[in-house]
Amino acid sequence: MTAPPGVAGAILVVCAQILVAGIGGPLLLGLMRKTRSRLEGRVGPPVRQPLLDVRKLLAKQRIRPQCGSWLFAAGPLVLISTSVVVAGTAPLLTTRPPLGQSTDFFGVVFVLLLGSVFLALAALDTGTPFGGMGASRATTIGALTEPALLVAVLALSIPAHTSNLPALVREGLSDPQVIASPGRILALAAFVVVVLAESGRLPVDNPSTHLELTMIHEAMVLEHSGPDLALVTVGESMRLALLLGLLVNLSVPWGMATGSGMASLVVGTVALVAKVALAGIAIATFEVFTAKLRLFRLPELLAGAFVLALLGVVTALVSR
Amino acid sequence: MSRHVLRGELGPGAGAGRTVLQLSSGELAGAAASLLASGSRLALVGAHDAPGPLRVVYLFTSGPPDRRVEVHVELDRREPTVPSLAALSFPASRFEREMRDLFGIEPLGHPMPRRLVLHQHWPTGWYPMRHDASRAPAMVDDASPYPFVEVEGRGVYEIPVGPIHAGVIEPGHFRFSVVGETIVRMKARLWFTHKGVERLFEGRDVRHGMELAERVSGDSAVGHGLAYCLAVEEACSIDVPARAGELRAVLVELERLYNHVADVGAMCNDVGFGLANARALTLRERLLRLNAEVTGHRLLRGGVVVGGAELRRLPTLDELREIGERFREVVDLATGSAVVMDRFLGTAVLGRREAEEIGVLGVVARASGLILDARVAHPFVDPPAGFGPAHDDAGDVLARFRVRCDEVVASLSLLTSLVCRDGRLSVSGARPGGAGASHGSGIVEGWRGSVVHRVELDGAGRLTRVKIVDPSFLTWPALSIALADTIVPDFPLANKSFNLSYAGNDL
Repeated sequence: MTAPPGVAGAILVVCAQILVAGIGGPLLLGLMRKTRSRLEGRVGPPVRQPLLDVRKLLAKQRIRPQCGSWLFAAGPLVLISTSVVVAGTAPLLTTRPPLGQSTDFFGVVFVLLLGSVFLALAALDTGTPFGGMGASRATTIGALTEPALLVAVLALSIPAHTSNLPALVREGLSDPQVIASPGRILALAAFVVVVLAESGRLPVDNPSTHLELTMIHEAMVLEHSGPDLALVTVGESMRLALLLGLLVNLSVPWGMATGSGMASLVVGTVALVAKVALAGIAIATFEVFTAKLRLFRLPELLAGAFVLALLGVVTALVSR
Repeated sequence: MSRHVLRGELGPGAGAGRTVLQLSSGELAGAAASLLASGSRLALVGAHDAPGPLRVVYLFTSGPPDRRVEVHVELDRREPTVPSLAALSFPASRFEREMRDLFGIEPLGHPMPRRLVLHQHWPTGWYPMRHDASRAPAMVDDASPYPFVEVEGRGVYEIPVGPIHAGVIEPGHFRFSVVGETIVRMKARLWFTHKGVERLFEGRDVRHGMELAERVSGDSAVGHGLAYCLAVEEACSIDVPARAGELRAVLVELERLYNHVADVGAMCNDVGFGLANARALTLRERLLRLNAEVTGHRLLRGGVVVGGAELRRLPTLDELREIGERFREVVDLATGSAVVMDRFLGTAVLGRREAEEIGVLGVVARASGLILDARVAHPFVDPPAGFGPAHDDAGDVLARFRVRCDEVVASLSLLTSLVCRDGRLSVSGARPGGAGASHGSGIVEGWRGSVVHRVELDGAGRLTRVKIVDPSFLTWPALSIALADTIVPDFPLANKSFNLSYAGNDL
C-alpha cells in the first residue's frame, strides 16, 4: 500500500477523472461516428462535432413543455449527476481513486440506473406519445439488461470475494490469470452486450435514426432542448465512456496509475483514453456490419447475455 | 340527353383496342360490372365540367392486348349525381370521393360519403374543379375533429405521428391504435399538399403541359411526363416513330433504376444497416450523374417531348455492367445480413386477395403475386422477347425488397438490349395539329406502378382537362391493411417498402 495522497492530490485525481469522462465522452461519440462514416465510405462529421453541438445547445433557449412538472427538469440533471458521481469515484485513471475506497460495483450499477430511471420519468412526464413509447421500451430493455448486469457483476466479484470495484481492477493487474479465467471472460462478454444495450447502440437501438417510431432511447429525449439536451448528450456520452472505461480496466488494466505520482496519472490518462478509443472503434466497426434487431428479438439477445453471466457465476464457483 | 359529348367520338387515331361508350347513369353499373368481370381494371375516373355538360369518364383498361374502354356518363348540372360503383370496385369508391370533393358530384349509395381530398376546413359547397369556381375562399375551421375510429379495449392507446416528420418527407398524418407494440389499426390521413395541378393544366398549350406533367411527382418525371405525352399524342393522333419509343423506354428504365436503388438502400437504412445505404446512395448519385448526361437533368426532365424524345447520349454497355455489379454488391450486403433478412421476412404482409380488392399497383402488387405491369399490358415499345415482370408471392417487406432488386436487374437487361439497337439519339417532336376537340389516354409503368393520364383538347390544341392517376392514389389504402399485427417500430420499414408518393396522390 502506498501512502494515501494528500488532499490536493485527491482533488486533482477526482477532477481529472471527471474532466476526462466529461470531455472524453462526447469525443468518444464523435470518434465512433467518424469510424462508422469512414467504414461506410463517407467523410462524416469531425470527431469534435458532439462537443461543438454541446456548446451550441448550451447557448440556445431552453424550452420545456408547459404541462411538464419538475420531473422533466430533473431528468437531465440527475443523469449528469450520476455520471459525474461515477466518474469521480470509479477506478478510471488510477486503481486507487481517492473517493473510491468503497466504490462498490453493485453501487455503480445502481447509480447509473438512477439516471436512466429519471430520464424515463422525464420522458413520461411530457405526456407525449413518443416520450411514453420510448420510456416504455427503454424500461422493458432495462428490466432485461439489469439482471444480466448484476449477475455479471456477481460473477466478477466471486473470485475476488469482493464487489469493491478498485479491488477488482487491482486484482486483474496483480494477477493477469484472473482476467483469463473463464468465469471472468464470460462475465465480461455479458458486460459487453449490456453496454451496447444500456447506451442504445446497435443492434439494440439505432442512435443515428430520425424515425421516431423505431426509436428507443432517442424517443425519450425528443422533448429536451437547449441546455437540457446538452446535459443529456454529455451525461449519456459520459455514461458510455464510463461503461467502456470500466470494461477495459477490468479486462486490460495495464497502464493504470497505481500510485499517486503526477507522471503515473498522465500515463494512466493516456492509457485509458487509448483503450477506450480502441473499444469505441471496435464497437463502431461492429455496428457497421450489423443491423437493428426486431424489437421482439431483443429479449433473446439480452437473455443470452444473462445466460453468459450466469455461466460466469457457475464457472467462478466451480473453479474456486 | 345529348349523346355527342365528345365531338371527336373516338378521337382520330384512337384505333385498335379503344372503345368509347356513351351511357346513361342507369346503365353505368351494369356496364362496369361486366367490364370488371371480364378482367378490366378501373384505371381512372375523371369528372369534366366545361366545355359541354357536366360528365364523368370511367376508363377501364386491360391487357395484353392493350384494351381501353371509356364509359362516358352525362350528368344533370342542377343535381349532379352518379350511382356509386363502390360495391363493385374499391378504387371506384376512392375516385368517387375525390369527385365529390372537387366537383360536387354526389355518389349515390356510397358506403362512406366522406371528404377525402379536401380537409374539413375547406368551405362546404365550394368545388375547386368546377369551371365557375371562385378563387379559393377563406378556410374555415369548423373545429370538428377528424373522425378517426377510436379503438376501444383494455390497454389500447393511440400514437399520432406527423403530418410534420423528422426526416425530409412529405406531410402525412398517421394515427396508430396500438396494444403494447402491436398495431391494431392505422389510419393514414394524407391530402395536406393539395396543389390543384389538374386545374393548372387547363387552358395550357400541350407543350407547356409537359413541363407541368414532369413535375406532378418529382421522382416520377418520366412516368408522368410520358403518360401525359402518350395521352396527348393519342388525342392529336401523332404518329410517334418507333425509335422515339425506344429512347423513351430508356428513360423510363433509368428512372426506375435510380429510384429502386435508393429504395433498396433506404430499406436497409431503416433497419439500421447504414453500410448498404451508403453504398446504395453512392450508386444513386452515379445514376443521377448518368441521367444528367443522358437528358441534361438529373431527374431526367426534358428527355421526353411531345411526338418524340431528345437524348444527349445513351448509357454505354460498360456503364450498365458497372452499375449492375455495384448494385449486386449492395444486394449481397443486405441479403448476407441475417438481421436485415430477419427484419424484412414476414413483416407487414399484404395478401394477394387484399391487394387485388384494393387495386394496388406496381411493385406492391407484384410483391403480393399480382402480375400487373403496363410494360406488358399497354406497351408503347415492344419489350424484348422473354421479358416478364419480376414478382413474388409473399407480400411482405422481403418480397417488396426482392421485387425491387429483380426489377433493377430486369431494367438493366432491358437497357442493355435497348442501347444496342441502332438509331438516332433524338427524335424531334411533332407539332400537334388542331384536329378538332379530341381526347386520349396514356399509360406508363413508372417505377411505382402504372401512371395513367387522360387528356382532352379543344380544337385549338389547348388542354381542357387533364386527369392524372398516380399509382400511389390506389395503393395508399393497402398500407393500413398490411400493417395489421405489425409492430410499431416496424412501421417506418413497412412504409418505406411501399414508398408511395404524397405529391402524386394529392394533386
